[in-house]
Amino acid sequence: MTFLSVPILTFLIFFPVVASLLLLPFYKRTGTDGVVKWIALGITVIEFLLSLSLLIGNNPHLYQMQFVENHLWIPFGNIHYALGIDGISLVLIVMTTFLMPMTILTSWVGISKNLPLFMINILVLEGAMIGVFCATDFVLFYVFWEAMLIPMYLIIGVWGGPNRIYAAIKFFLYTLAGSLLLLVSIIALYFVGGHTFDITRLSGQHYPMTFQILAFLAMFVAFAVKIPMFPFHTWLPDAHVEAPTAGSVILASIMLKMGAYGFLRFSLPMFPDASHFFTPFMLTLSVIAIIWGAFMALAQEDMKKLIAYSSVSHMGVVTLGIFVANVQGIEGALMQMLNHGITTGALFLCIGVLYDRSHSRLLSEYGGLAKQMPVYSTLLVIFALSSLALPGTNSFVGEFLVLIGSFKTHAVVSSLATTGVILSAMYLLYMLSRVVWGVYTPKNYAMPDLHAYEWGSLLPLVVMVIVIGLLPNPVLSLFHQSVAHLVGQMQPVPLASLH
Amino acid sequence: MNFSPVNIMGTMPEIYLTVLGSLLFLMEPFVPAKKRSLLGIFAIFALVFAMIATLGLNGKGLPLYQGLYIVDPFSNFFKMVIYLGTILTILFSLPYLEKEEIHVGEYYGFLLFAAVGMMIMVSAGDLITLFLGIELMSLCFYVLVGLKRNSLRSVEASFKYFLLGAFAAAIFLYGVSLLYGASGTETLSGLAQFISNPGALRPMVFAGMILTMVGFAFKVSAAPFHMWTPDVYEGAPTVVTGFMASVGKVAAFGVFLRVFWVAFSSNRDHWSLLIVMVAILSMIVGNIVALVQTNIKRMLAYSSIGHAGYAVIALLNPSRESLFALMFYMFTYLFMTLGSFGIILILRRKGVEGEEISDFVGLNKKNPLAAFLMLIFMFSLAGIPPFGGFLAKFYIFMAAVHAGYTWLAVVGVLLSAVGAYYYIRVVMAMYMKDPVETVEFAPNRMEGMALFVTAAMTVILGIFPLPFVHYIETSLAILVP
Repeated sequence: MTFLSVPILTFLIFFPVVASLLLLPFYKRTGTDGVVKWIALGITVIEFLLSLSLLIGNNPHLYQMQFVENHLWIPFGNIHYALGIDGISLVLIVMTTFLMPMTILTSWVGISKNLPLFMINILVLEGAMIGVFCATDFVLFYVFWEAMLIPMYLIIGVWGGPNRIYAAIKFFLYTLAGSLLLLVSIIALYFVGGHTFDITRLSGQHYPMTFQILAFLAMFVAFAVKIPMFPFHTWLPDAHVEAPTAGSVILASIMLKMGAYGFLRFSLPMFPDASHFFTPFMLTLSVIAIIWGAFMALAQEDMKKLIAYSSVSHMGVVTLGIFVANVQGIEGALMQMLNHGITTGALFLCIGVLYDRSHSRLLSEYGGLAKQMPVYSTLLVIFALSSLALPGTNSFVGEFLVLIGSFKTHAVVSSLATTGVILSAMYLLYMLSRVVWGVYTPKNYAMPDLHAYEWGSLLPLVVMVIVIGLLPNPVLSLFHQSVAHLVGQMQPVPLASLH
Repeated sequence: MNFSPVNIMGTMPEIYLTVLGSLLFLMEPFVPAKKRSLLGIFAIFALVFAMIATLGLNGKGLPLYQGLYIVDPFSNFFKMVIYLGTILTILFSLPYLEKEEIHVGEYYGFLLFAAVGMMIMVSAGDLITLFLGIELMSLCFYVLVGLKRNSLRSVEASFKYFLLGAFAAAIFLYGVSLLYGASGTETLSGLAQFISNPGALRPMVFAGMILTMVGFAFKVSAAPFHMWTPDVYEGAPTVVTGFMASVGKVAAFGVFLRVFWVAFSSNRDHWSLLIVMVAILSMIVGNIVALVQTNIKRMLAYSSIGHAGYAVIALLNPSRESLFALMFYMFTYLFMTLGSFGIILILRRKGVEGEEISDFVGLNKKNPLAAFLMLIFMFSLAGIPPFGGFLAKFYIFMAAVHAGYTWLAVVGVLLSAVGAYYYIRVVMAMYMKDPVETVEFAPNRMEGMALFVTAAMTVILGIFPLPFVHYIETSLAILVP
């Protein structure tokens, strides 16, 4: 499929990057911020509409890569510019393009300093993130994966809160250190896997066990930092608290998913034996993340920190689902990724709404908002309920699938993970009771209800919360084949075929 | 020595540059002070002329002058890099020398002679020719470093460099004499033949090899022979620092590689451990000491020590991977280093060069373009895609893994994560802080052109390196089939 005679995936990656050049003439000019916002919004909306064509053109009955493009990029080392998507990447790409207009809308008044540069960063970041989900050449993947760091570093560091420089550097160095080990394992795979960087060709092979274990560990660090899994998560609360709302949404909703995507795309199919070997370890870390993240969330006074720790907890559910490695588990994990993207993104947007008005995120600053901002409060309640996986909302589907998937093989782990659901009800309802209910205490700032641009950013998300909650099957069917194929690759190789 | 037409033709580029360089010295008194930049333009033309002459040589790798001199695609590649780097340096120098009031005509002559010295180095087929090349280059460097005669730092740097350089030259020469004493030859091919005999490995040969290695390590500023680098880089006029750090280093690596691959290849098991030690030490010293620097020229000096550590990894194994990695690394390194020094020398605070990292604070507010270019160079030096520095490091790590040194690649990547901190600190200063003092950044046309070329090449080498990859692949075919 092509668009304007450019292959669609290439178009999706480079359209926002190239279109962001339109914003350059407005650089350092005053009074043109309105135009800049509308142009950026227009670009992201067009991008979203174009990405819908992937849904139409995609054949859900195939597990193979679709919309494939392949050109020799650098002959030395056989590096290709190879793109392609399967069901797993498809949903993540559409989720990305769907969320990007919201990030523009939430910056409508929140960002005043150097707006064109901010929008350029957001657009370049969008291109790089789509590239991560499309790349089927390992080096190309790595290029996009690292290139994302530059705009994100600037977004946190330039437009962030008071402690932004510390947070930005911490974010950058943590992710970089993790990723560089990934680079070494990519290179090692090249030599062990037959002089290719093609992800599909590298996946079908059977590597020696020691190599699998070492490479798995190296990749584990890269992906675990990104997700973030339990001992590697310390950058996340800092980055979230300091980042502007748009940055938090992108981080929580999209970038965290890349770690999980990495496990699904590389670790499981390339190193099935090592994955089985490390399953107890991964499940333990996941359960610790679920429970520990939830307890940390309970103790937070800053709403962004609260949601950041809840992300650690929810991503624990994702890794749990991935490493039980059956169809329900992985499908549940993917659903959870998608839903976490929608719901947590929405919660960060909601916090942004409050922050734009009062410049505070502390729970103690608020109370009784239901009277003052009834529409906002309704939406916040819906998102919070979705986040605690109330049946009928989107998150329920994912968590439920993961829990059944894990109960079949690891009943104890599954029961422990269930406590995470209860704990999430505790901290989210606690947050609601502090913010929405209670006594309204007038402060010296006005708290008008939602503006048009805030409607624009929250309404589509409410619709998604309910639609996916009630009708998850169309979404599940998108990646069912890919997941089934992945689980097939994970099966232990019968001994006879090894010889 | 036989001055047959073949020999003369093969060394035509060197002859052109020597003659035109001497002409520059002669012309200097007749050119009025205001029109000195004409001399620079003359030097650029001389280099372009030599470049065309080099392109005309279809190097088959024939040894000229009975093996004293080798003109092959490998040396031609390095010569092209030297021409390009020197031209870019001249473009940066013209306005810079005016502003610093050190615009003397001899400058260009020394620049050309230094370039000739480097060309002799990368073409040398014999250790004595090699020594002549190194000394020609170094003598010009000593003068150029002390160009700011009124600045104590510049003169001190020049003197320090001269003393240490003389020691290094003596050590190198001692190594050569030991090798000659043991083998009776000092041509590279003769040494290679001698060393491939199992009985040849006597302590004398080892001592000779180690001493020559010390000489090279000094020239590429690899630890533990790096002590001169920060002081000299800081004290020298910035444009000279850029020239030494980029072009000088590229040439030194070219000859380092040729000597160790051609002459000492057959007993690599005996010296690879030394190279590993030099690599690790350089990466550690470079990346860790750079963290605490406040002067950006010193910081880049330590960064260049670190980069030398990465580059020597490519010497470990005589494979296509290693050779390609080193050549690609040098090619990319030239542009990103020259570019970052270019930004430093254009940036001015109250008429003085902005050498402190604090001078970059808030640059994005004052001059977004300068900040963006510096961002490209910094991220590229840190090895972050999509810039050329990433692919350069990528190929080095690939060479290391190919040679069986996966653990060394792991050490390298971890140290480069440490090193990323000081590069992004510059980006942080430019973008995330508010300007306190007014710095000005007003490149004239020449500087603008040079900056554009360096930045564009840094980006192109990361995004679309295809033509350069082809060029490098054809150039390395002569050494590794």
